[in-house]
Amino acid sequence: MTARQSVPWIAGAALIALPFVYRDAYHLHILILILIWSFAYTSWSMMGRFGLVSLGHGGFMGVGAYVTALLWNHLGVSPWLGIPVAMAAAAVLAVIVAYPCFRFRITGHYFVLVTLALSGIVLQVITATRDYTGGSLGYTPDRTKGSHLLALQFDDKVTWYLIALGVWALGLVVWRWVDGSMDRYALEAISEDEDAAAAAGVNVTWEKLKITVISALMTSLAGALYCQYQMFISPDTVSGISVSLQMVFAVIVGGLYVSLGPTVGAVITIMLAEVLRIGFGTKAVGWDNLVYGVLLVVFIIFLPKGILGSIIERLKAQPKP
Amino acid sequence: MTDIFDIYLLEAIVNGILLGGVLALLALGLNLIFGVIDVTWICYAELVMIGMYGMYYLVQYFGLPYYAAAPLTILLVAALGALLHLLVIAPLLSAPPINQLLATGGVLFVLQSFATVAFGIDFRNLGIRLPVLQFADMHFSYSRLLAFAAALIGMVLVYLFMTRTYVGTAIRAISQDRQIMALMGVDTRRIYLITSALGGALAGLASCLLVLQYDIHPFVGLSFGPITFLICVLGGLGNFVGGFVAAFVFAEIISLGGLFSDLEWGYVLAFAFFIVMMFIRPAGLLARRS
Repeated sequence: MTARQSVPWIAGAALIALPFVYRDAYHLHILILILIWSFAYTSWSMMGRFGLVSLGHGGFMGVGAYVTALLWNHLGVSPWLGIPVAMAAAAVLAVIVAYPCFRFRITGHYFVLVTLALSGIVLQVITATRDYTGGSLGYTPDRTKGSHLLALQFDDKVTWYLIALGVWALGLVVWRWVDGSMDRYALEAISEDEDAAAAAGVNVTWEKLKITVISALMTSLAGALYCQYQMFISPDTVSGISVSLQMVFAVIVGGLYVSLGPTVGAVITIMLAEVLRIGFGTKAVGWDNLVYGVLLVVFIIFLPKGILGSIIERLKAQPKP
Repeated sequence: MTDIFDIYLLEAIVNGILLGGVLALLALGLNLIFGVIDVTWICYAELVMIGMYGMYYLVQYFGLPYYAAAPLTILLVAALGALLHLLVIAPLLSAPPINQLLATGGVLFVLQSFATVAFGIDFRNLGIRLPVLQFADMHFSYSRLLAFAAALIGMVLVYLFMTRTYVGTAIRAISQDRQIMALMGVDTRRIYLITSALGGALAGLASCLLVLQYDIHPFVGLSFGPITFLICVLGGLGNFVGGFVAAFVFAEIISLGGLFSDLEWGYVLAFAFFIVMMFIRPAGLLARRS
């Protein structure tokens, strides 16, 4: 094993060891949020990197969070069963919307706007069924006393940190798996030119559908995890257009075409929000989004590959000594 | 029982038509930008929101009468539209369309949070309450009637501008062929700027009308923004007539859906209708199938 190959293993071991050495509750909380959102952003970039820009991922996340919580509260179904059900529901939703889109070749602006309608629908359905979901006031899964494995509720941050770390690593594994598969070449060909890809024997609809379902499954898992960790969800924090845009924003800032790009994006956006919150207190309301928005515009104009993407490109461009 | 029901039904239908007028105005502005510059302004409804704040401050703080504040607001939002084009869209004209779309998504964040920081998150209203018109046991608010009439007048003015003036002809020509017009000696940059200002002016007009019906807060754009995009896509992006028809179809669905259940279900129905229609007529309501 060369030094270069061992870097991910050492970094992974350090991340696992971290909570046992350093257990400041607040810092762990921030790390857990970063890991969960990194996973969600990675899920989005699975599609986004192939030119399938979706603003419907807020919808998938909302389905993941709300189906899990509703099954637990109303039917007493454990999240261990509820999360797979929620993921399946999100996958079915993805197929219902995406299959006709791909079949009838709805691409570009049109695809973005159809998926925008999807996240709009999920948000409105959650708000409209307020008798069950609490509407825009939000929703809390019923608590069990103390840590409870069956209910997937843990009081201590270390357990949550390890769960979030595991899921985040899973996201990176899936990313690498897609990156190394034949599907990646097929999807890259599709994003360049659909007709040419189809003429070369790529099953365009099937390839796009596969990556969409993978992405929807992962996003709904992120939503369910977020719900179980925060124990409070509202339509605005886990569904709708602003969540979708937030995903796009973080990924663009971090870097769309590199595996750790979404993670860098999550670190930057969450740290920024926290620094502003601590620095300005309640006066910070709005400032974080203002900075986000300006950064998003500036990044798209001047640095479309994102921070990490640009750094890696620069390193590669340097002549080897 | 059936009589009462029919009256409500009729009232909902008429209110749907009145709502459709304003939605058609919004869709026209967005279609104009898309048809000419080939860019979707995701932040279009947020321009309307800024315009509504403009109206609020002009009327409440500077004590201007409504009809004096309206032209100023239209000019303000038109300038904002031109500024948006110069600062954000112009540097991205040769970038992939998705990047342009996302950049305006960033502007959406900026405008929303700018309003939050500058004006606070309180709900405000203009303090003008127009009377309600009673007609054959049905109730229609004057603010909706005024909005409908003004929206129609605005659309007719745009139509005249597009068909009777040199600049209007150039705008229509560019929407037909972007490359050739530059060769024919038309300054595309100037036309783009004028179109953006015109799109902004339409948003400004819409904000003057919507301010009478909605409370103003930084996120008010979300209550009619998404629906405007869906209308434009349903009518076929860049297709003015299609957008006009789709606006009324949508308004009726929302209004009638709201009659039978909550307003949210009206929206859910409208969104679902949109997705189904996308599969039946992907290129828009009025498009010929190839």
